[in-house]
Amino acid sequence: MLVLAASGGKYVAAAYAVFLALILVYVAIMATKLARIERELDDLSREDR
Amino acid sequence: MYGRGLRALSIATAVVLTGAAVMVFFYAPKEADQGIIQKIFYVHVPLAIVALCGFVAGGLLAIKQLRTGETKWDMRSYVAIHLSLVFAVGALITGSIWAKASWGHWWVWDEPVLVSFLIVFLLYCCYQPLRFSIEDPEKQARYASVFAIAAGAFVPINFMAVRLATAHIHPRVLSKTTDGSLPTEMLITFLVSLLGVALLFATLWKVELTAKNASMKLKRLRRRLEAAEHAAPSGPPSPEPVGAP
Repeated sequence: MLVLAASGGKYVAAAYAVFLALILVYVAIMATKLARIERELDDLSREDR
Repeated sequence: MYGRGLRALSIATAVVLTGAAVMVFFYAPKEADQGIIQKIFYVHVPLAIVALCGFVAGGLLAIKQLRTGETKWDMRSYVAIHLSLVFAVGALITGSIWAKASWGHWWVWDEPVLVSFLIVFLLYCCYQPLRFSIEDPEKQARYASVFAIAAGAFVPINFMAVRLATAHIHPRVLSKTTDGSLPTEMLITFLVSLLGVALLFATLWKVELTAKNASMKLKRLRRRLEAAEHAAPSGPPSPEPVGAP
């Protein structure tokens, strides 16, 4: 049943890397959105001055 | 508003996830049949459970939206479903890796658990195109809520139907039967991992809601500022042009 039991470590590493990558990509997208909000806020406060 | 308690939640998430990782690799015993490959279970199953719960939560929040008509419930429902889709992608990929490692195939089409999860995932993939094909915000919220409720009700029905199916090669490690139950160390590790992934979901949900809320408030402010400028054209000119990107 276990086809690749001997080299199982690389599969475990791949699964956890996928999990980590997903979180990192999500956080990066959120960081971009927050940076855009900050830029817009700067524009608004400059307009207000 | 949504940012309240975010720091404490983020710290709790980081602590529990780190603890879970330590437990997975240093506390939980190696499974006799699968060996180290079984460690994928601690990331794959929590991702799948949290994704399915997130879909159901999206439906419950949508009920609240339909009952009150408030936009905030629609936004909460949308973010829950959006995040659940991300977690579902993680569950599908990690599950595929586990299948390849233990069965020798990336995907098994005659396994009800896998196919039913894929059906739920594809169903929710229709949510975003449906939502953004409607321009009127009120209609968008209403139609998206109806979809979220119908699809959210489908998730537990689908889950029960799969449990009743007889043919399966997918392990039933969380069943109450003695041959399928987990040893205590594995069960504790699994529960900590599940808590960590659930906390991660809650943290990201709050982060995205905070960002969306800030963005909406900003748009409202800009509109108000523009309206004030139009109302008083003789006022002092702004020193710099509007540099909206």
